[in-house]
Amino acid sequence: MEADLNKAKKNETARFLRLSGLEPLIVTPESNFVNVGERTNVAGSRKFLRLINEEKFDEALDIARDQVEGGAQIIDINMDDGLIDGKKAMVTFLNLIAAEPDISRVPIMIDSSKWDIIEAGLQVVQGKCVVNSISLKEGEAEFIDHAKKIKRYGAAVIVMAFDEVGQADNYDRRIEIVKRSYDILVDQVGFPPEDIIFDLNIFPVATGMEEHRLNALDFIRATKWVKENLPHAHVSGGVSNVSFSFRGNNVVREAMHSVFLYHAIKAGMNIGIVNPTMLEVYDDIPKDLLEHVEDVILDRRDDATERLLDFAESVKGTAKEKTVDLSWREEPLQDRITRALVKGIDAYILEDVEEARLASEKPLHVIEGHLMTGMNVVGDLFGDGKMFLPQVVKSARVMKKAVAYLLPYIEEEKLKNPPPASEKEKSNLVLMATVKGDVHDIGKNIVSVVLACNNYEIIDLGVMVPPEKIIATAKEKNVDIIGLSGLITPSLDEMVFLAKEMKRQDFKVPLLIGGATTSKAHTAVKIDPEYPESVVHVNDASRAVTVVGDLLNPDSSVTYKAGIKEEYALFRERFLTRGKKRDFLTIEQARENKWKLDWDAFEAYKPNQLGIQVIEEFDLDKLVPYIDWSPFFRSWDLHGKYPDILEDDVVGAQAQELFADAKEILKKILDEKLLKAKAIFGLFPANTVNNDDIEIVTSGAVENEEKFIFRTLRQQSKKASGKPNIALSDFIAPKESGKQDYMGCFCVTAGFGTQELAVKYEAEHDDYNSIMVKALADRFAEAFAEYLHERVRKEHWGYASDEALNNDQLIKEEYKGIRPAPGYPACPDHLEKLTIWDVLQVKETIGVELTESLAMWPAASVSGYYFANPQARYFGLGKIKMDQVSDFANRKNIETRLAEKWLNPNISDD
Amino acid sequence: MSKNNIQEELKKRILILDGAMGTMLQRYKFTEEDFRGERFKDWPTPVQGNNDMLSITQPDAIAQVHAKYFEAGADIVETNTFSGTTIAMADYGMEEFVYELNFESAKIAKKVALEFTALEPEKPRFVAGAIGPTNKTASMSPDVNDPGFRAISFDELRIAYKQQAKALIDGGVDILLVETVFDTLNAKAALFAIEEIKEERNIEIPVMVSGTITDASGRTLSGQTAEAFLISVGHLPLLSVGFNCALGAKQLTPYLEVVSGKSNFAISAYPNAGLPNAFGEYDETPEEMAAQIKEYLDKQLINIIGGCCGTTPEHISAIAQLVKEYKPRPLPQATNA
Repeated sequence: MEADLNKAKKNETARFLRLSGLEPLIVTPESNFVNVGERTNVAGSRKFLRLINEEKFDEALDIARDQVEGGAQIIDINMDDGLIDGKKAMVTFLNLIAAEPDISRVPIMIDSSKWDIIEAGLQVVQGKCVVNSISLKEGEAEFIDHAKKIKRYGAAVIVMAFDEVGQADNYDRRIEIVKRSYDILVDQVGFPPEDIIFDLNIFPVATGMEEHRLNALDFIRATKWVKENLPHAHVSGGVSNVSFSFRGNNVVREAMHSVFLYHAIKAGMNIGIVNPTMLEVYDDIPKDLLEHVEDVILDRRDDATERLLDFAESVKGTAKEKTVDLSWREEPLQDRITRALVKGIDAYILEDVEEARLASEKPLHVIEGHLMTGMNVVGDLFGDGKMFLPQVVKSARVMKKAVAYLLPYIEEEKLKNPPPASEKEKSNLVLMATVKGDVHDIGKNIVSVVLACNNYEIIDLGVMVPPEKIIATAKEKNVDIIGLSGLITPSLDEMVFLAKEMKRQDFKVPLLIGGATTSKAHTAVKIDPEYPESVVHVNDASRAVTVVGDLLNPDSSVTYKAGIKEEYALFRERFLTRGKKRDFLTIEQARENKWKLDWDAFEAYKPNQLGIQVIEEFDLDKLVPYIDWSPFFRSWDLHGKYPDILEDDVVGAQAQELFADAKEILKKILDEKLLKAKAIFGLFPANTVNNDDIEIVTSGAVENEEKFIFRTLRQQSKKASGKPNIALSDFIAPKESGKQDYMGCFCVTAGFGTQELAVKYEAEHDDYNSIMVKALADRFAEAFAEYLHERVRKEHWGYASDEALNNDQLIKEEYKGIRPAPGYPACPDHLEKLTIWDVLQVKETIGVELTESLAMWPAASVSGYYFANPQARYFGLGKIKMDQVSDFANRKNIETRLAEKWLNPNISDD
Repeated sequence: MSKNNIQEELKKRILILDGAMGTMLQRYKFTEEDFRGERFKDWPTPVQGNNDMLSITQPDAIAQVHAKYFEAGADIVETNTFSGTTIAMADYGMEEFVYELNFESAKIAKKVALEFTALEPEKPRFVAGAIGPTNKTASMSPDVNDPGFRAISFDELRIAYKQQAKALIDGGVDILLVETVFDTLNAKAALFAIEEIKEERNIEIPVMVSGTITDASGRTLSGQTAEAFLISVGHLPLLSVGFNCALGAKQLTPYLEVVSGKSNFAISAYPNAGLPNAFGEYDETPEEMAAQIKEYLDKQLINIIGGCCGTTPEHISAIAQLVKEYKPRPLPQATNA
């Protein structure tokens, strides 16, 4: 044994830290700093603590997922809190994580100061995790016992520089403890040295206490000592501690973190917990601040602390007015081009491209050489989770500008020297389209841009593309992949139709499915069986690149395609045989069990202003406070709740940058009045008739009186006893109650001008801002709907005139009454939009149109109903049965087949 | 002693593992009565299909199967103990016989092995104690509506595996083989138990681990990639690591390439005889299977090769003939990592 271990200690090959979740993580000397996600820590995140306390595990899982999506390579889980049963919480949470492949793909760090919690955690994780932490604090016997068990469970370990005497707080003590720990672990326990990670204790500097002066430097020197003297061991630590004494001055703190990390990483620290939003780029720290901070971190002067304190006063809060550092302009040409692409800086790209063109034999070589070299760096960084989506789209903007500049030269070159036909190498062609009847294209555009960055040629047919056109173009251009996108439910059927058509016409190319309404379940169950070739559901841009790569790579495509086909077949089978079949009521039984409000005691609030009102040219400025920003970030694949997302460890920095860019465009839109907001709404006398229909009466004058009927749909799945089967009609007093009730409907838009502006940006090769404009228009439309609803509640209807809610409460829907929208869960049929359009004369008055799939155009529009009953609430219709579909068709006087087509996503398969 | 012995053999040549036990036992067409034998003739529940029990009720048949595989050229045979834990035996209510059936199975196999070694001392024969996955999973919920639920705990598995491993060692096996791992956490419980036994008894015994990639997704049932699986079981000094079951030889190749390139352990593979046909039968011929295994050999991917579902002594013989011509995958120097 002993001899083996000594040999092992000497053997330098392959002694890397290897961890695993569902996928491997291998830390080699060449690896970049491994960042540990630490938001799933009750000691570090108040929000996580609250969620665990309230047993809201779904939301707690979202935090874990956000971190992984944001690029955390390991997630730290800590349940040490006096009020929590830590062992139970750890086991429950780890078991739930195991069921989420998008989280459990990364290794887990089981973090606790209590051994029984650590051991309970080790017993439920299949991958190789990291224990955080053990130490000599309680003596050698316990240390050895725990280390042995950790080894037997197959985990790596973080060892704190702590012993029986206390925590190591200077260089010598650190060395003494880690040396002793290492020797015990390697020689006595037989612990693999590559599985040992030392936490060398990061303590604050510049505290004013003489004995703290060396805190950072001692850590850095001890790190170096570990790397030189303890073969294969690693060093980690929690970085934010070092700047503790400058709380409140983020400029200085950020600089301190990056200076500290810069030196610690150079010394060999390779794992740690770092909040990326609290980090300045080392090279971007102003020279004077850098000098002062380095004086403190490296203890270079006796008066370093005083000088930094003085200096700190002068930089407080001036963070955002940094002067631009242009020293990179001195670097070699390729470095400049790469940097411009990675950082998304377009200010100098034409200058640099011209220089590259003059130096190249052919202009095409600049694209294939300089620019692709840079874009490959972007692709790698994105693939590694080191760049985020908005940055990649910015890179694409620079790339497009450069290519546009070169094109005339390339054409000229072609005329001079026509290339032989055989040399024309065809790059892979991807056809992208939003399907017929649908107008939503933000996600599709993002995927197109990201694919284009990865050297695919994109044919983007735009929105509302009829299937014939997709088929014809695909044939004509001989495309390699077809990507379909859609946001509204009728688009799902369009996609199924296209898949069938592709089969009929004997297509062989893979079909990608994406968009907000699509899902893996729908793709596997409804689309995949219709097309014998590959069908893949891809819902985020970063996955699109790998999926397309796998599909087109001649080496891997056969295996990959077979794998996908099989995965979907299995998924379909599981989906169709899942759990117990749901029980349904007949529509008559469901109506028997409708929600019965006490209409005898009910007295409707008569709206202050009945009839239809129009708002033309609404001032967008007023809507800004009503914007719900979280979905905006989501549209850019940055997940998290606003404003927390701006401080998020992983995506925070990127979210801030995106937010700043968004605000810039927002200002431009407001200043130059580039978008037009309009609205129309009406409030009418209404009563429920025949259970599920609502009859409204427009206009006050008897001779012009006209009646319209809204058809609602009723929940049909069997409910627990005492729970009703709800339809929207239940919120309106029935005619037979003898009480007059009211309801409203509306359409708002902020979309006019969007298209023009987006096209203008696209013409400037600026997809980033084109997408940005559309995303902002969507936010404005939603904000307008929120704003108008508030005005209606408080004034036009007036039943809530004393309401006082802030935007957060509005987003949480804490108001009285609801504004459900056709196409959304309470009333998923889009057909009723036609009735709203009739009642309000929407198209004629404000110009918002309905497409053949009943999507609104312009896309940044919202329409819906108003219900005022204080008991009215949002609900999901869920699945319904064919008896209700036929009944609905009868009531609407349309063919059952037509009703079936429109309600298809909600009709139960059981 | 046995470890060094088999380590020495591994350096010299590719070792042959046997083929399927179940496929061979089907040829005997044992009835419910045969399964029961004298011993269990009054057992309250049906026992047909409890193959492990045949080590007690039909020991001669088991010995014959082992002998056929040794004759076909196998260096290692697996004991007839795939379901030999209290957890799996609960299906038949036969938990109380777990120690006995493992002990007897080991004894039967060892006796046959010693006979063959005596006949041909330059080709020593070995017995691997088969430790199956059980029918429960420690890191997955059987209930889709309750993803946090677990039907079995690590400790329950550890205790059951420990009992099985002790009985196998007592019965004389040379190796322990934790096999058909579809949930890595189950395997880790087995390895934990084995380490406990080694420490308590102060013994060494070589351990083989063989995972199962369930489909072309390239992952175990519990979702791990081949490399993640390798890392998750690589914390102990294994004799070998590899894959068996679920896939045919051809489909298994990419995953063997992954582990072969990344492990310091010997690499084992015992695929099925192709994929099952529409009737659930394996109809790949010995020649077809050997032809696919040739790719492993050309690429020097393996040190131990055998067969799983659907393979017979004819398959093993074809493979053994082929393998003679080839060198084993070179074993990395550091043997304890």
